[in-house]
Amino acid sequence: MFLDQHQVRLNDLRSLRTFCSGIVSPLQYFVDFPIKLFNNLQLNFSTQQSLLDDNANLKDQVLILQGQLQQYFSLEKENNQLRSLLQSSPRGTERYSVARILAVDPEPFTQQLILDKGEKNGVYIGQPVLDADGVFGQIIYVAPYTSRVLLITDTLSAIPVEDMRSSLRGLVLGRGNGQNLVLANMPESADIKPGDSLVTSGLGGDFPAGYPVGTVIKIERNSGEGFSHITVEPSAQLNRSRLVLLVWPLQPKTIIPPTKNITQQNDAPTKKGKKKK
Amino acid sequence: MNLKSYIFLTIVLSLLLTLLPLPVWAIWIRPLWVLLVLIYWVIASPTDVGLFVAWVIGLALDILNGSLLGEHALALIFAVYIASRLQRRFPIVSFLVQIWYVILIVISYQLTIFVIQGTSGRAITDARFWLSALISILLWPWVAALLRKGQQFYAIRRAG
Repeated sequence: MFLDQHQVRLNDLRSLRTFCSGIVSPLQYFVDFPIKLFNNLQLNFSTQQSLLDDNANLKDQVLILQGQLQQYFSLEKENNQLRSLLQSSPRGTERYSVARILAVDPEPFTQQLILDKGEKNGVYIGQPVLDADGVFGQIIYVAPYTSRVLLITDTLSAIPVEDMRSSLRGLVLGRGNGQNLVLANMPESADIKPGDSLVTSGLGGDFPAGYPVGTVIKIERNSGEGFSHITVEPSAQLNRSRLVLLVWPLQPKTIIPPTKNITQQNDAPTKKGKKKK
Repeated sequence: MNLKSYIFLTIVLSLLLTLLPLPVWAIWIRPLWVLLVLIYWVIASPTDVGLFVAWVIGLALDILNGSLLGEHALALIFAVYIASRLQRRFPIVSFLVQIWYVILIVISYQLTIFVIQGTSGRAITDARFWLSALISILLWPWVAALLRKGQQFYAIRRAG
């Protein structure tokens, strides 16, 4: 057990866990199956009209999103051009995959969920998971056909974030209550206000930069302590999402901009990122 | 169906019940099915279900729950050990004393989980955690009766 706690350094227990998960995960599918069946049956009995309406709405949504996406591509190209002007490495694009949350409930004092994609689908430990509105969590264990997500509200979760307004960097920790998060170790004088939105900063290598994590809702400053207690509400619909996105970031893990040196000014831009093991 | 497969069936059933999604108001009052079933079998058939079985089922529970490998295993081992020490007295004491034994076992299980979670940095802050122990204790008579009925239904003789 204590080996498992420090499993960051020992990889053998991780593979043992993966192997055992492979044996045990049929139970999870077995519990999920009737619930999935029931939901599908419900769909089968919907009226044709409601299905046609849903279809039309979804087509509209796709059209709007595609329109927005057109602008995204040209912005991305412009961004890469600007980066090359600054001799900075280009931003890579990410690969996404949709996963479904299995209808299996773990213990209520941990915030973890099981997904229906596993090692065979390329899921790896540490992989970021998003939902439609923001960062959902991180993969902590992988089995052959399922994997386990640690939600951002779990006490073990920590995400490096950046304030969109003031570019202040910090760490958002889960509190274990399933409702909100805390922005840790912020000095009282930090430039942060309620209503600020926090996005991933990309530091630390796990989460690609720019994804919304949450909004600051309350800042408590006790004059006794040097730090303020900041409560953040997550953007993602942690209690309601049934489908999530798995992200495979392709950009370099950490980008250190090259220091300007007279003799190096004319060098070709080099990729300074180091891939974390 | 012989005894061993019936035991296996009930244990698998308890694992499935542990996984079953419950409505939001019920998630804190999920009974500890696996623990109750194992206690029953340690008392009813101590030669078949003992510490090793408890350890293996505990590991399975850890994997299903994503907790530290060995957390539930250790908790189940403690509980089953206490149960096995009390096994001989169970048939001869009164109903109330039996409930008292079950309280002891369930509380020790829940306490072990609580301590391990706390010392590994994942402290349980919600007091409703103890409600599942309470409901397990309350459900014990029914679970024991059900398992015994099932045994009679399949006309399983005790292994001896």
